Amino acid sequence: MTAAIEKPLTQKMRPDGSPVDVRAYEQAGGYQAIRKILSGGMTPKAVTDEVKNASLRGRGGAGFQTGLKWSFVPLGQEVPNPTYLVVNADEMEPGTFKDRMLMERDPHQLIEGAIAAGYAIEADIAYIFLRGEYTLAAERIARAIAEAYERHYLGKNILGSGYSLELYLHLSGGRYICGEETGLLNALEGKRANPRSKPPFPPVVGLFGKPTVVNNVETLCCVPHIINHGAEWFRGLGLTKDSGTKLFGASGKVKRPGLWELPMGTTVREILEEHAGGMRDGLKFRGLLPGGVSTDFILEEQLDTPMDFTAMEKVGSRMGTGTMIVLDDQTCPVGMTWNMTQFFARESCGFCTPCWSGLGWAERILKSMEDGRGKPGDLDKLAFQAKMWSPGNTFCALAPGAAEPLQSALKYFREDFERHISEHRCPWR
Amino acid sequence: MATVYVDNKPYQMNADENLLHGCLSQGFKLPYFCWHPALGSVGACRQCAVKQFKDEQDEHGKIVMSCLTPAKDGTRISIADPEAAAFRAGIIEGLMLNHPHDCPVCDEGGECHLQDMTVMAGHDYRRYEFDKRTFRNQNLGPLVNHEMNRCIQCYRCVRYYRDYAGGNDLNAFASRDTVFFGRHEDGVLENEFSGNLVEICPTGVFTDKTLKHHYARKWDQQFAPSVCVHCALGCNTDAGERYGTLRRIVNRYNHEVNGYFLCDRGRFGYEFVNSGRRLRQPLLQGRPNSAVAAQRHLHETVAKGRVIGIGSPRASLEANFALRTFVGPERFHCGMSDSEAGLVRRMIEILRGGPVRTPTLREIEECDAVFILGEDITNVAPRMALAVRQSVRQQPIEIAKKLNIPLWMDHGVRDAMQGTKGPLYIATPYATRLDDVATSTFRAAPDDLARLGFAVAHALDSRSPAVPALEDWPLASEIASALKAARKPLVISGASCGSEAVIESAANVAMAVKAALSFTVPDCNTVGATLMSGSPLSAAFQAINNGHADTVIVLENDLYRRAPAADVDCFLKTAAHVIALDHLTNSTTEKAELVLPAGTFAESDGTFVSSEGRAQRFFQVFVPQNDVLASWRWLKADDWQNLDDVLAAMSEALPNLAAVRDAAPSAAFRISGAKIPRSPHRESGRTSALVNINISEPKPPVDLDSPFSFSMEGTPDQPPAALIPFFWSPSWNSIQAVNTYQKEVGGPLRGGDSGVRILETAEVNGQPYFDAIPAAFQPREGEWLLLPMYHIFGSDELSLSAPGIAELAEKPHLAVNSREFMENQEVEISYSGNTFRLPVRIRPDLPLGVAGVSVGTAPLIGIALPTWGTIARAK
Repeated sequence: MTAAIEKPLTQKMRPDGSPVDVRAYEQAGGYQAIRKILSGGMTPKAVTDEVKNASLRGRGGAGFQTGLKWSFVPLGQEVPNPTYLVVNADEMEPGTFKDRMLMERDPHQLIEGAIAAGYAIEADIAYIFLRGEYTLAAERIARAIAEAYERHYLGKNILGSGYSLELYLHLSGGRYICGEETGLLNALEGKRANPRSKPPFPPVVGLFGKPTVVNNVETLCCVPHIINHGAEWFRGLGLTKDSGTKLFGASGKVKRPGLWELPMGTTVREILEEHAGGMRDGLKFRGLLPGGVSTDFILEEQLDTPMDFTAMEKVGSRMGTGTMIVLDDQTCPVGMTWNMTQFFARESCGFCTPCWSGLGWAERILKSMEDGRGKPGDLDKLAFQAKMWSPGNTFCALAPGAAEPLQSALKYFREDFERHISEHRCPWR
Repeated sequence: MATVYVDNKPYQMNADENLLHGCLSQGFKLPYFCWHPALGSVGACRQCAVKQFKDEQDEHGKIVMSCLTPAKDGTRISIADPEAAAFRAGIIEGLMLNHPHDCPVCDEGGECHLQDMTVMAGHDYRRYEFDKRTFRNQNLGPLVNHEMNRCIQCYRCVRYYRDYAGGNDLNAFASRDTVFFGRHEDGVLENEFSGNLVEICPTGVFTDKTLKHHYARKWDQQFAPSVCVHCALGCNTDAGERYGTLRRIVNRYNHEVNGYFLCDRGRFGYEFVNSGRRLRQPLLQGRPNSAVAAQRHLHETVAKGRVIGIGSPRASLEANFALRTFVGPERFHCGMSDSEAGLVRRMIEILRGGPVRTPTLREIEECDAVFILGEDITNVAPRMALAVRQSVRQQPIEIAKKLNIPLWMDHGVRDAMQGTKGPLYIATPYATRLDDVATSTFRAAPDDLARLGFAVAHALDSRSPAVPALEDWPLASEIASALKAARKPLVISGASCGSEAVIESAANVAMAVKAALSFTVPDCNTVGATLMSGSPLSAAFQAINNGHADTVIVLENDLYRRAPAADVDCFLKTAAHVIALDHLTNSTTEKAELVLPAGTFAESDGTFVSSEGRAQRFFQVFVPQNDVLASWRWLKADDWQNLDDVLAAMSEALPNLAAVRDAAPSAAFRISGAKIPRSPHRESGRTSALVNINISEPKPPVDLDSPFSFSMEGTPDQPPAALIPFFWSPSWNSIQAVNTYQKEVGGPLRGGDSGVRILETAEVNGQPYFDAIPAAFQPREGEWLLLPMYHIFGSDELSLSAPGIAELAEKPHLAVNSREFMENQEVEISYSGNTFRLPVRIRPDLPLGVAGVSVGTAPLIGIALPTWGTIARAK
């Protein structure tokens, strides 16, 4: 039981990677949270309050207070029907594969979390908006949904409680912007996946114009455990102010790339050195992006920072998805920045000018540097573009996300950029 | 109102609007692209960024998009802030990365919003050094040209075309910096309002393809304010000419009438003015002759003959009045068929005798429940259909209001409303383009449509007569409750069904629920010609056939479109002398002994009365280089020197038209002693337009009739609304300059919108409920009720001579809902002794026993419809 308390999200997962089926999930204490809510007479507000008290913050990257988000949804008879819950499973952040593990290996945990959240916001319909390439997850979630319907965890009058929830799996056609919560809603409605104007926010005007909560997979997976063990327990899991555990990951040229469930606030150094095993032999650490590509680089001297929402911001970056990408000394930082900018430029929805225009330009400048055609003045142009993408200057968070690796690379690896220009080549090639 | 501080100075702004709207209304030069007063804010282009400060102490502030920020009281912003200015310069630089900089060969050059904004935002040096993205352009048909390389991805086109105009064949494809705005494949844009893309697009992606065939720069054109002649709505236009050919029509904003938009027939129909079929010289016995000889022949013939005059619903009040004066009031005929004249007279009686008001097009947009009875408005009064399309948003917009979403926040409002539509009921003989936004539709023969109208009226007010056996018609009750629940209900009907009962039932509904009532009529001056109170065509025919008269003057009227060919043949043969005035040769002018070349709207001045009852003046654009004269000038009385004299005489002779004089200022009007120039300013001199022929510039023609000069000489100030030849102001060379002519952006023009309404409601209700309820329609064995079907391209006489419109014109056909016939099969249609052949089109939306014939193109002209006929397979 101690182990269960330490690693709630991954405790039920099987070592062989096969999914936990409904029977095994139940035997390991699964669907108890639902029973507690539905049979134990918890009101929707009580569920929301519990999650609020637990200080659960969104695991998609932005870190918004989940309970607070739920509390924006109007409740009661007067509310325009239906209310929707949407599970954002469009995990497309480069270097990020945490939701994939949760869905492939313990799909019922997500479903249980969705039901609990659905109950809290009085949702009638829930969608899992899944990245199209996650075919294995799709297969396993589809099976799990069928199992959950069979056992009356889903559908009409769940477990005789009077609460009903229909849950559908929707596979994304595939764009990074579909992971933006309102771009996702447009995509789900069959429209162009451009983000929406805010306000109105989804809890008031969401899917098909109705109240909607969009939550990340990992966020929802935390919910059953909060219900089962209480808010205080959840808060106690974190080492810092931010509560719970978190799936942290590492990719890049580390010894053991992977994914680990660790207390929130575990230091970057511990994740990098203990869990990922440090750099591969012969390679030196240069910097890392803490959580996907939409975060600023941090350097050696910042490695003792706790990975949580607050501390990472203090050192000029963000925890993001908590899955770090590590840069070594044998890899060209300009090439890496180009690769990321190319990704953002390609994934821009084409709606607001700084994003669709500036990203394309920045990408071409970076490519020209890599090709040995960089010019003096290019760094100023890149810095200017990164500034153009500041939050508020653009319509959504895509371009501000793109600005983070670019501006920090320009700050920390300036010499490497300058060498590209002065030597008319990429020194790593 | 809200006090907003801009660079530390207080300004009064509309608190229900955003800061961009407020700043532009205050005359600030704040650049923007994606926002449009009719489309609202979406925040795509980011061009209108300003710095916003929390309070007086805040020195840092943050960049916000002015179009997305409410003009709240106490808001403090800076436009001049260096960081905001640098951001705006960065945006325009970004927008211009891929733009081809092909202004010298671009039709938009010189009147391009993108050019204006590039200068305004301060982008003057190009730092981008990479290849530009390129696209393949599409052939979008004969009206709109497509050049995608110029696109700056502002999304205005799709927002206008899809969200505003209800089109669905223009879309945004792909993403990032390669978004393609076009159709899924090459082809004619399907929407009837596609031409507005030309003005909506801030640059040269969508341009006027008809202008391209005879291109001239805006500053090289000579303009005059005009009124559209292609339907009765009276949309305001500006017409541009160079070297004696009319080059194009652009929208002339009138807040109450057409707002920012025209229909494609109105925008592109103008080319009839340049048609090869134009009459440019008098014809005597079919041979060209001099104006002097023609004038002499006219007066001699009239002096010795017993003359009657036939006026025209497509000629100006002045032309009709000149003819009326020329032949004498009792010998003047209004030029309409008996049935049409009767229907229109009935409509005017209803509007003048009763309490119901005929709404402006803007008021139609604001109506929140609409009942259309018998009219396919998209094809008969197209711009009205665009207004009705906006009216269905009125009720759902309450959803957004409840959620406190500002109404200018376009995407937010649409996300909240989703597809919700307000009540719109369409009862017509066949399916219409507006059906996609209708709550419910009802298809029936005219008598049954009238019965529905009477039933609705009875459901609203039991004093309105009941339809026997139909007291509990669920549809009628549904429509009645929707109208009753509305704040601003509207009933639309008209002459299309040729049924007095339909019109009367619509009047009953409007009276019962105190709704606005809008009638459509066929021609641009149908209402005006009717108010001239001449007798209908049959009286003219009788006068000649009975020998009471032997000479007829036909004014701008092809009688073969008004009456059966045999009757007209007989009439014209019996008359000893036929004198015709018209723009184009037609069957009537071919039979005339003397034909006088009459100026079109572009070559003459005059006044039309729209179906709303709005008298509006149009002005001569250019002086034709031949004998073409305004009809009223051919026929004028000796003591009339200019248009003002005609108007003065008309006011005296016809007191019900006295107000028409006020439709526009007189010829004596001056601004600080100066006339109003017809041409936009250039750097120096006149236009040097003829310098290749004669280096000494000829003196511009003198205009006796209007306060305009035929040159760029005159006042630099903005003229009153009725006298705006083009929209231009410093820094604003494109048509978006209209912002600077309005009291508040998107509102009325400064000094009031043009036109005078002359069909106001009666103070005392003298209009009792109509009670002539027709019996239910009974299909006949072996016979069909032939009904007219109208086409935006094809049913209008003049625009058919515009090549682009002719190319799109509907092919004449017979529409039936019957298994007896096959698609495209040739059939013979016979009615009262006449026979014609047409291919069949199967239309499952038609009621049984009814067939539709597309009217307006040969052989389907001059047929009195509806009528009973037989249809047989052609042998």
